Amino acid sequence: MSGFLARYGSQIGRLTFEHVWLTGSAMLFAVAIGVPLGILLTRREGLARPVLGVANILQTIPSLALFGLLLPVPFLGDHAARLAIVALIGYALLPILRNTYAGIRGIDPELMDVANALGMTGMQRLFRVELPLSASFILAGVRTATVTCVGVATIAAAIGAGGLGELIFRGVASVDNGLVLAGAVPAALLALCADGVLGWFEKRLVVRR
Amino acid sequence: MATHGVEFADVSFTVGGRSILRGVSLRVEQGTTTALLGRSGSGKTTLLRTVNALVRPTGGHVLVSGRDVSAEDVIPLRRGIGYVIQETGLFPHMTVERNIGMTLELAGRRREEIVKRATEMLHVVGLPDDAAQRYPWQLSGGQRQRVGVARALANEPKVLLMDEPFGALDPLTRAEMQTMLRELLRRTGVTTLIVTHDLDEALYLADRVVLLEDGAVVADLASAEVRESSNEAMRAYVAATHREVTL
Repeated sequence: MSGFLARYGSQIGRLTFEHVWLTGSAMLFAVAIGVPLGILLTRREGLARPVLGVANILQTIPSLALFGLLLPVPFLGDHAARLAIVALIGYALLPILRNTYAGIRGIDPELMDVANALGMTGMQRLFRVELPLSASFILAGVRTATVTCVGVATIAAAIGAGGLGELIFRGVASVDNGLVLAGAVPAALLALCADGVLGWFEKRLVVRR
Repeated sequence: MATHGVEFADVSFTVGGRSILRGVSLRVEQGTTTALLGRSGSGKTTLLRTVNALVRPTGGHVLVSGRDVSAEDVIPLRRGIGYVIQETGLFPHMTVERNIGMTLELAGRRREEIVKRATEMLHVVGLPDDAAQRYPWQLSGGQRQRVGVARALANEPKVLLMDEPFGALDPLTRAEMQTMLRELLRRTGVTTLIVTHDLDEALYLADRVVLLEDGAVVADLASAEVRESSNEAMRAYVAATHREVTL
């Protein structure tokens, strides 16, 4: 074990950092796009079905196929990490979008009524009532998306984007289970950590009634 | 000439081909309390909600202090009108203090001013100072309603709208709340419209009682005249409320 770590320890560290960077960047963009878009859907009900439908379709494309499909796209195809981040955003979008939309739509209509009756503007209602009351729901979506992204990011190694998948692919190619585990275990731990930390925040944001 | 706090001029509201309000004309004098009475689905709540533009009439006009609601900017209009519903109306993620001070917060008042006013309002509705930092779930139903009333009056509105405010309370708490509210309405002199099913509550709190049936006004009487009224609809309502029971 110590020999294995001496041999692969620095690689595991570097690739874990790359994995976190890929996932973190994708999640930042996905939240920046998904939350405002989810809010917009609550204001434009007619758009909800088609937009959620597209996000749904994105989610169903097998990850390896999506990476392959994006390869010929100009600006993306010549930079593997960039391509991987775009694909990961696609996977992260649906849970964030769906939970933001459903979280806000699920607020007690009487509370929305009171917010309007008190003379709140649209933005005041959003920041004082809608987002605080749906925060735990939105964060649940971010949590699901993050765990999905950590898993899908391992496939990004297939297009040379780096991350812990590199060890897994190398291990599979050389039939070396130790190498496969060197990639799979840290990836699983990353997913568990993200799930635990975000789950803790999610519980703290639940509003007691 | 008396000033009209709220005036409904031939107000109608139709949705999906169904008439909810049918030509309602009514004057609520400034500083008085009017109770809107009637069966469920008679249009009481819809009529109330036309005052703060939560419902837009499809015909006629609603005037607040002589100004047509439909021509007003809804944000300042609503900020000048207090609104109380059943106990579900408090924001669960905000402390009592923040709930009470919300209208002032929205108006951009300073924090110290908001805290001072919220504390004053806690006293006005008979709640202790330490209730300020509690959340709605930590209060009883009666206490929640007191907070709701405090919030509605914190900004010194010219009109107060109450939609079955005590409907979910037990009879004893309800009686306490009615006593508190009656004294408060007399003291503040705010023009009040209160929707209720309860005839006794209407007579205890209101100067006038308006009975609605199928979206139309069928009786508009001073509270003192209600029990002896010859109006057929009102007599039926009084009889239904005070039935003789032989055991």
